[in-house]
Amino acid sequence: MSRNRHVRPQSVIISMIVALMLAIAPMPGWADAFRPDWVTLTLIYWAMNLPRSYSVGWAWIIGLILDVAQGTLLGQYALALSLVIYVTVTFHLQMRQFPALQLSVTVFGLLALYQFILFWINGVAGVNTPAVSYWGPVLTGSLIWPLLTMLYGGVRDRARN
Amino acid sequence: MAPAQVERRHRSPYSPALGLRFLLLAGLSILFLVIDHRNNHLDAVRKAIGATVYPLRVVVDAPVSLWRWVVDTTASRNELRLENSRLNVERLLTRARLQRYAALEAENTRLRTMLEATARVRDRARVAEIMSVSSNPFRHVLVVDKGTRDGVFDGQALIDADGIVGQIIEAGVLSSQGLLISDPDHALPVEVNRNGLRTIAVGTGEFDRLVLPFLPNNADIREGDLLVTSGLGGAFPAGYPVAIVNSVIRIPQEPFAAVSAQPSAALNQVREIMLIWSAIDQAPDEAAAADAPESVAGGEATDE
Repeated sequence: MSRNRHVRPQSVIISMIVALMLAIAPMPGWADAFRPDWVTLTLIYWAMNLPRSYSVGWAWIIGLILDVAQGTLLGQYALALSLVIYVTVTFHLQMRQFPALQLSVTVFGLLALYQFILFWINGVAGVNTPAVSYWGPVLTGSLIWPLLTMLYGGVRDRARN
Repeated sequence: MAPAQVERRHRSPYSPALGLRFLLLAGLSILFLVIDHRNNHLDAVRKAIGATVYPLRVVVDAPVSLWRWVVDTTASRNELRLENSRLNVERLLTRARLQRYAALEAENTRLRTMLEATARVRDRARVAEIMSVSSNPFRHVLVVDKGTRDGVFDGQALIDADGIVGQIIEAGVLSSQGLLISDPDHALPVEVNRNGLRTIAVGTGEFDRLVLPFLPNNADIREGDLLVTSGLGGAFPAGYPVAIVNSVIRIPQEPFAAVSAQPSAALNQVREIMLIWSAIDQAPDEAAAADAPESVAGGEATDE
């Protein structure tokens, strides 16, 4: 995978900042339930393509920032994100070989895992939440994934030159 | 293709280092979760990370601010005149109501002196702007643009023109997080304005519904009753409107009635809210009090 050799760290960092901003941007209530997990998707993308540079450590720090921004228990997003990225890095070679549809299904699974961890921690901490509301971001996230890969692929190719 | 050749600066993801790192971070997360759930020892960490989030919030808020600025500056003269006359009428009405209120307040003070009760004192208020609301549907949190620098403290009450909005849960230096009364984790002591019946109003996670789960079937409560803060919990000053009861269902075989109420404040529409300093809390400075709308009388509440 020598094509990934020279992605500038600035591009990655900017993409993460933009993802964080999208995650905290105010939206009308109905749209909120379907807001894709921009941060998770971005982290999955970079972890899949540059697993040695952007791995669980990054995921954990970004997760802590999300925890503070969302006002959740400190460590909730950090744990969910680092688990998802751990799985991604472990299987990154397989995932790179997947055709687009299969990759989207995999991302669906990863997002579901992510939401499950959040749901679980909420349950243990006694925050009662309707389980059905966790599925919106998973659906929109895996639908938006192909577009995101195209966008980031463009960023990556330009950054390489 | 050989990975070792390509990205040789870093260790291979297959080495035990990745699993070890993950386990370490997961353990640390769980430790954080437990500590954070039990008490507030991690406030310093939260504040430090919060400071890095602040610029992001400002940037995210910029388009909205810009739009408001554009609307404000391009409003036509005619619109401004209309608004002006409307506001003038409103001001007259409010003043008329205030006159009556002043008389009532004087009477109240007199009666209280006669009863040798403690005199109620005026609260101070200061307007704050909402920078963002939490995107997490299970956590009704908003961020306001005032922090400890402006005298904001943890537990401070937030109101809008119609009633209680929530309370500050985390006062940062430049911005603070507030929890709305509709958050499922939030409960506040209220009393029925009509007869002084005291109970607890609990958030549901829906912006337009609170529930009163601890009222027995024979409690004297009916639809249309106004709930006001009782001030008994210590966090909220007494006497501010909270919600209006919109459904009372008495279930004979259950010990408690199912009562729900609609918050008086428009929780998901407010843009400007007011921070309340009860007389016992120190207001930040006299200037702040001067530019604030001299607010409603109420609280004998203490800082929690």
